[in-house]
Amino acid sequence: MAQPLVKKDDDRDDEADYSPFLGIEKGAVLQEARVFNDPQLDPRRCSQVITKLLYLLNQGESFTKVEATEVFFAVTKLFQSRDIGLRRMVYMMIKELSPSADEVIIVTSSLMKDMTSKTDMYRANAIRVLCRITDGTLLTQIERYLKQAIVDKNPVVASAALVSGIHLLQTNPEIVKRWSNEVQEAVQSRAALVQFHALALLHQIRQNDRLAVNKLVTSLTRGSVRSPLAQCLLIRYTSQVIRESANNTQTGDRPFYDFLEGCLRHKAEMVIFEAARAITELNGVTSRELTPAITVLQLFLSSSKPVLRFAAVRTLNKVAMTHPMAVTNCNIDMESLISDQNRSIATLAITTLLKTGNESSVDRLMKQITNFMSDIADEFKIVVVEAIRSLCLKFPLKHRSLMNFLSNILREEGGFEYKKAIVDSIVILIRDIPEAKESGLLHLCEFIEDCEFTYLSTQILHFLGIEGPKTSDPSKYIRYIYNRVHLENATVRAGAVSTLAKFGAMVDSLKPRIFVLLRRCVFDNDDEVRDRATLYLNTLGGDGAVVETGEDVKDFLFGSLDIPLVNLENSLKNYEASEEPFDINSVPREVKTQPLAEKKAPGKKPTGLGAPPPGPPSTVDAYEKLLSSIPEFANFGKLFKSSAPVELTEAETEYAVNVVKHIFDGHVVFQYNCTNTIPEQLLENVIVVVDASEAEEFAEVASKPLRSLPYDSPGQTFVAFEKPEGVPAVGKFSNMLRFIVKEVDPSTGEAEDDGVEDEYQLEDLEVVAADYMLKVGVSNFRNAWESMGADFERVDEYGLGPRDSLAEAVNAVINLLGMQPCEGTEVVPNNSRSHTCLLSGVYIGNVKVLVRLQFGLDGPKDVAMKLAVRSEDEVVSDAIHEIVASG
Amino acid sequence: MFSSLFGNKEARILVLGLDNAGKTTILYRLQMGEVVSTIPTIGFNVETVQYNNIKFQVWDLGGQTSIRPYWRCYFPNTQAIIYVVDSSDTDRLVIAKEEFHAILEEEELKGAVLLIFANKQDLPGALDDAAVTEALELHKIKNRQWSIFKTSAVKGEGLFEGLDW
Repeated sequence: MAQPLVKKDDDRDDEADYSPFLGIEKGAVLQEARVFNDPQLDPRRCSQVITKLLYLLNQGESFTKVEATEVFFAVTKLFQSRDIGLRRMVYMMIKELSPSADEVIIVTSSLMKDMTSKTDMYRANAIRVLCRITDGTLLTQIERYLKQAIVDKNPVVASAALVSGIHLLQTNPEIVKRWSNEVQEAVQSRAALVQFHALALLHQIRQNDRLAVNKLVTSLTRGSVRSPLAQCLLIRYTSQVIRESANNTQTGDRPFYDFLEGCLRHKAEMVIFEAARAITELNGVTSRELTPAITVLQLFLSSSKPVLRFAAVRTLNKVAMTHPMAVTNCNIDMESLISDQNRSIATLAITTLLKTGNESSVDRLMKQITNFMSDIADEFKIVVVEAIRSLCLKFPLKHRSLMNFLSNILREEGGFEYKKAIVDSIVILIRDIPEAKESGLLHLCEFIEDCEFTYLSTQILHFLGIEGPKTSDPSKYIRYIYNRVHLENATVRAGAVSTLAKFGAMVDSLKPRIFVLLRRCVFDNDDEVRDRATLYLNTLGGDGAVVETGEDVKDFLFGSLDIPLVNLENSLKNYEASEEPFDINSVPREVKTQPLAEKKAPGKKPTGLGAPPPGPPSTVDAYEKLLSSIPEFANFGKLFKSSAPVELTEAETEYAVNVVKHIFDGHVVFQYNCTNTIPEQLLENVIVVVDASEAEEFAEVASKPLRSLPYDSPGQTFVAFEKPEGVPAVGKFSNMLRFIVKEVDPSTGEAEDDGVEDEYQLEDLEVVAADYMLKVGVSNFRNAWESMGADFERVDEYGLGPRDSLAEAVNAVINLLGMQPCEGTEVVPNNSRSHTCLLSGVYIGNVKVLVRLQFGLDGPKDVAMKLAVRSEDEVVSDAIHEIVASG
Repeated sequence: MFSSLFGNKEARILVLGLDNAGKTTILYRLQMGEVVSTIPTIGFNVETVQYNNIKFQVWDLGGQTSIRPYWRCYFPNTQAIIYVVDSSDTDRLVIAKEEFHAILEEEELKGAVLLIFANKQDLPGALDDAAVTEALELHKIKNRQWSIFKTSAVKGEGLFEGLDW
């Protein structure tokens, strides 16, 4: 945004009384805009109209295409006026309208003229507008002027050019990068703002070059930066450099720390704060390094400016999470802030104190918090709730008063996020502090008696169903739950029915009473509620007899769904109603491993009520659809697995081919994805000739040639093999791409009629044991391992010979087996001498397999491995050993 | 003639014509009396020219194909049009003619007087005013005041004669 002159601030006071913008209406203003067309312009009046137009635009009013065009051309006529004020408004208006690209060229000439004009104001603003509307080609034309402007004597002009450079860097980086020298000169400018903008641009130009940034920071920290704003930027860049070079120094002395500390004595408060914050955020900051920063922050705490108090207390709040001891010095100052007029400051002060405080001060603090809870916004209330949660976990003995506090605020008014934070906190406390369970559950029960959020109600009901039956007196919860069936919407009613059933299943003494209640639910007017009630009555044996609840019933009620929901949803969508019932085992279980970073994402706190993480939709569906659409392959049955594409050509050859192996029970289909990279050629009748002489168990049954393969549009050809049913046959295949080449005239794109037959040698392809293994993870390996039982366990030891490292050996075995590593055990810690890796998967024929690998270093490089396999079939267990033995 | 039309007030003149006809050069020749080096006008230039007690507000609109559609946005309140023709560019005289007659059809320019500059007379092979009149089919113009002058913006010949008219 271009900043018009700052003097506007002067008339702010008047605006407080009445707004000059009152009652501005688009239609009327557009009428008024006709004055732009008058032969005799009245600059003052035109400026007023533009002000109104700008006001409308900034209020979110949108102009139609026609309106915008009309206004735009009218505005361009104002270029005839020499009134400087009006011209400035014209610039603003053009920039705000930013009309479509073809229209906007009409002002290009005028702007280019203004850009070289003698009036500084024209130059600066024309640059800003021109850069906003320009494209690459025009930019090269005006580049010369922009470079000049960067080193212009007038700071306004220089700043305008620099800021434009920052914007242009997004779209035309290569051009802006050529301005480095000029920008460098501008960094030395005496004008504060120019220095600030120049530094920002210079850093952006170099941000991808770590060495260059390092050099920039090194030279500037020697003290040529005068502008406080630029100094703040420099501090940020410095801490970035420190972060990136953190581990390189052994001496313990941090590079640039002296610079940061020096900034703590800067004149400008802004710089002092920035430096203090940078220090507190250093990686692994020591308390010796922290002390000076904390000292200045402490001074800020008693500053008269609310902004400084807020900034300081917020930073201290963050420091308190990692270094509570360092902050204790400030406790006295912060206690006085509890009564600060500004509620945000007070909240942060309290939560900081909660973190640094000791057990004895908790009660006193809680009293103070209760006093002002009603005065602050929800988002700060959430901060308080989270602080109290961690406090409670720290001092479990205090759970009574803290839990009371939580339940009190739960009763008060509040938005969803806030209530959710409270409920989550109570749930976590119930889980982690056994003594708090009963009172916590009762608080939750009371809450759902009057809860407007369906999501929270069902969440709590689910939680009650799991925890309630285990308490000393489960019956007291029933009333709360059954009340839901009477009072709430269908979703909550259905949840309540499920919860009731869980009580019935777990507590035999309650069973008859539960049946009575469930039978009443059968008359509900919602389908889902009725269905659930009927289902539970049947599974629990609701014919009146009190029977022991069977193990499988419990499993049904409490077990979690081990299928990714997305896959289940897709399969259900594909399922067509027929005689054949839907088979839940047919749902693919393959979950793409999610990036680790996502799992560790902050804020994703375990709520204790979680569902299995949804997997991203897999490509398996796409392949399945593709293959079933080809008649030759339609009767192969269900696709078991599709491998990742394997490249059969080097990169950048004439023809690029990769292959996907599709494994069926009795067949294997190779899908060759071919790309023709020669513009002058058209390939026809493309087929891969496969020699399976080194794969004895396979017999070719069908192939599907690709009719034509034009330049740069990938096509597929398929070859299918039959193999013994259910047997993991392996073998090696050599491939030859055969096709008819036709010359293409590149100018017309037409192919010649005659073609030449040609061949192209591809690399060999192997079907390996891992192709018969699906990567399917289990959430709790130990449980799965125990429940699988040792019936078909096979254990053996192997020597893997000399290896580069333990990690390399672990990876080799994982790849060989093609199984899913569980619980992060694929990561081998540095320097460890032994490692245990847990794998799970599904073998062809839908046999679940679990593998426990124990690796040890035997001598300096030799790796030994103990392999224990459990599966549902001993043949499979043996097969796994065979894979390893032969691999 | 112009003087009689406008008396002592400001007049608004549009300078139109195909690209590379010499419009911008004419504008600055009129305004400053010297030849400036120009680049193709993307958009427009607007200047005030003082001549014989009359202030002309002269709008020089770019002549490139992409800009021509926007000429019409500047038609209202125009008292005169200077249509500049590159007399040496005989190939494009047909296009120049078509554009010119399109302008004549414009409702908003019905009252505007027409002044045609057969420019670039300094170049060899330039057609004279009669030939340009022929090529532009100026004789078809009825009910309008028009006139044609031989000019050379580079040499400064003929320009003020045109304005005198």
